[in-house]
Amino acid sequence: MSLLKLAWKNIIHNPLSLLLNLILLTLGIGLINFILLVNHQLKDKFDKNLAEIDLVIGAKGSPLQMILSSMYHIDAPTGNITIDEAKPFLREGHPLIKRSVPLSMGDSYKGYRIIGTDYSILDLYEAKISTGKKWQHLYEATVGASVAKELGLKLGSKFKSSHGFNDDDDLEHEHGTFTVVGILESTGSVIDQLLLCNTESVWQVHDHAAGDHSHENEVEAPSQENNHNHDELSGHDHDDHSGHDHDDHARHDHDEHSGHDHEDHTGHDHDEHTGHDHDESNPTVHTSDMSRAHLLEHGDQEITSILIQYKSRTNFQALSMPRNINSNTDLQAAAPAYEINRLYDMMGTGTKALQLIAILIAIVSAISIFVSLLNSLKQRKYELSLLRVLGGKSSSLLSLILIEGLIMAFIGFLLGMLLSNVALSSLTSSLSDKYNYEFESWISHGWEPKLFVATILLGFLAALIPAILAYRTDIHKNLSVG
Amino acid sequence: MLKTSGITHAYDEKLKFNFPDINCGNSQTLLVLGQSGVGKTTLLHILAGILKPNQGEVIIEDTNIYKLSGNKLDKFRGQNIGLVFQKPHFVQSVSAEENLLLAQKMAGNNLDKKYASELFETLNLGHRKNAKTYEMSQGEQQRLSIARALINKPKVILADEPTSALDDKNCEEVIKLLERHSEIVNASLIVVTHDNRLKDFFNNKVELI
Repeated sequence: MSLLKLAWKNIIHNPLSLLLNLILLTLGIGLINFILLVNHQLKDKFDKNLAEIDLVIGAKGSPLQMILSSMYHIDAPTGNITIDEAKPFLREGHPLIKRSVPLSMGDSYKGYRIIGTDYSILDLYEAKISTGKKWQHLYEATVGASVAKELGLKLGSKFKSSHGFNDDDDLEHEHGTFTVVGILESTGSVIDQLLLCNTESVWQVHDHAAGDHSHENEVEAPSQENNHNHDELSGHDHDDHSGHDHDDHARHDHDEHSGHDHEDHTGHDHDEHTGHDHDESNPTVHTSDMSRAHLLEHGDQEITSILIQYKSRTNFQALSMPRNINSNTDLQAAAPAYEINRLYDMMGTGTKALQLIAILIAIVSAISIFVSLLNSLKQRKYELSLLRVLGGKSSSLLSLILIEGLIMAFIGFLLGMLLSNVALSSLTSSLSDKYNYEFESWISHGWEPKLFVATILLGFLAALIPAILAYRTDIHKNLSVG
Repeated sequence: MLKTSGITHAYDEKLKFNFPDINCGNSQTLLVLGQSGVGKTTLLHILAGILKPNQGEVIIEDTNIYKLSGNKLDKFRGQNIGLVFQKPHFVQSVSAEENLLLAQKMAGNNLDKKYASELFETLNLGHRKNAKTYEMSQGEQQRLSIARALINKPKVILADEPTSALDDKNCEEVIKLLERHSEIVNASLIVVTHDNRLKDFFNNKVELI
């Protein structure tokens, strides 16, 4: 019979104190690991969703809120901005901007957000179509992999959007039945959680919501004004920045689609592609033109925010861009990396408090192991003397008690790991509802060996004093009293 | 064979013991009689290498045991001295058989399950092998502690009041077992007791005063 086996028999001989020790140890280790897991995976997801976005532009408000809503889709947007305001950043050919992605939000379906945007978002998140095609026409939607899976959406599925971001049937829009035309491949980023449609679909849904009597004027008149604007602006600006091609294209586009044939064109378009009762109520915005120039024509319409990638992150002008925007325009610009670090700092306080509690529990468990070993030592002093009489070295007694502490620490570690992962997998559904993120359990993160060593050390320290006392057992005294 | 010479031990100024020299050959038996407080347990611990006396020598076979260093003395004791206590104590968490095997392991000997089984049979404990020691009767426990004293085939068997808790029938049975088995393994048997019932079983006696 080895010392290990004897130690094992000894600790299971006293099941109640073993149970108490293991409960405390499991809670402590489990909580520590659980916090590490959640923290790590949140950070991981956050970092992944940075997607090399350098700047977010939106309405003035809390910069963190804007970033959370535009990049992570976990908070309400700060408000909307008009296309006119956003135009300089959305236009193709800006000298500093490599890619800009317009986002229009405000609606959701069963808690998943409907985002009006163009195809640039696919490049941003490196997303590919898995089945079907990209959204193009009014009320067509291409949906992220997770949404499709969770809600069971397939090609041809129809859904009604509801106002706001909560799953609430009362807020369902009367109009706006979307049809799924495509499903994206899973990317692991936030786009998996989104329902993508064209910007005009979002406008359309809300125009209806705004009321039928007023909106015809509101939309139609300014959009014509806007065409003028656009013409002028693009004429000047494009010459400066990107030369003829684009200029021509924009003009051309403009002329053909929304210029002189305005009424004919939209009417026509509508008949061909979407052809429902929407036409009569709002003929102007019906189009399947996904070009950026077309979007810019609707100068007084609103979008929520713009995600921007710089051409060069180290460019001095690019670095001063957010400050210029914030001080010179009604827009707000915020750098995600900075804001997210701020968020980590804020989260860090809460996490630290929780971690402290977890560590306290672990320490209490160590004390509990210490006390139970010490108690068992008193009960077993005759037994330990006996082992010495039978030829056991005093160092064997030292080892025996240490091993007992270490076995408990080892089991506590295993149970703690089990607990934290079971907790995470069972909580993952509710967490993913709140954060729109999936958590992975049962995977290694690299800190487990450290946690293991720390736990073993805890068991070692708890057992050390009892072990030394066992080492010093005075067998003559014990056996004389016995 | 166990031999002592000139052993004295003092716990403090008042509590001093001078012990008579003892000489007990292989297969021989010796009864050390004495009332409470005359140092019986002290002597037994000195003989067993548990308590180093202030003066004097204990020689087992050819070894002066208190010349051995700590760990070596522990090992020597494990291999050469079998101890039987007044109140049998065992490792509670393991079975009767495992207590025997543990004694082999602690002495640094190879496990000999066959010999352990033989001892169980001859001591009429064959059916209690897997019992927890605290579930056994007093007589069974005392027989088990004899088995444990024998398991490493020691040179000397020391018994401290082995019969004081037993009735006459069990008393005789235990003492006969001790005598028989120490003869089988060719060991010296020294019994320390105040139990006058044992006087008649021993030829060699030393009385402590």
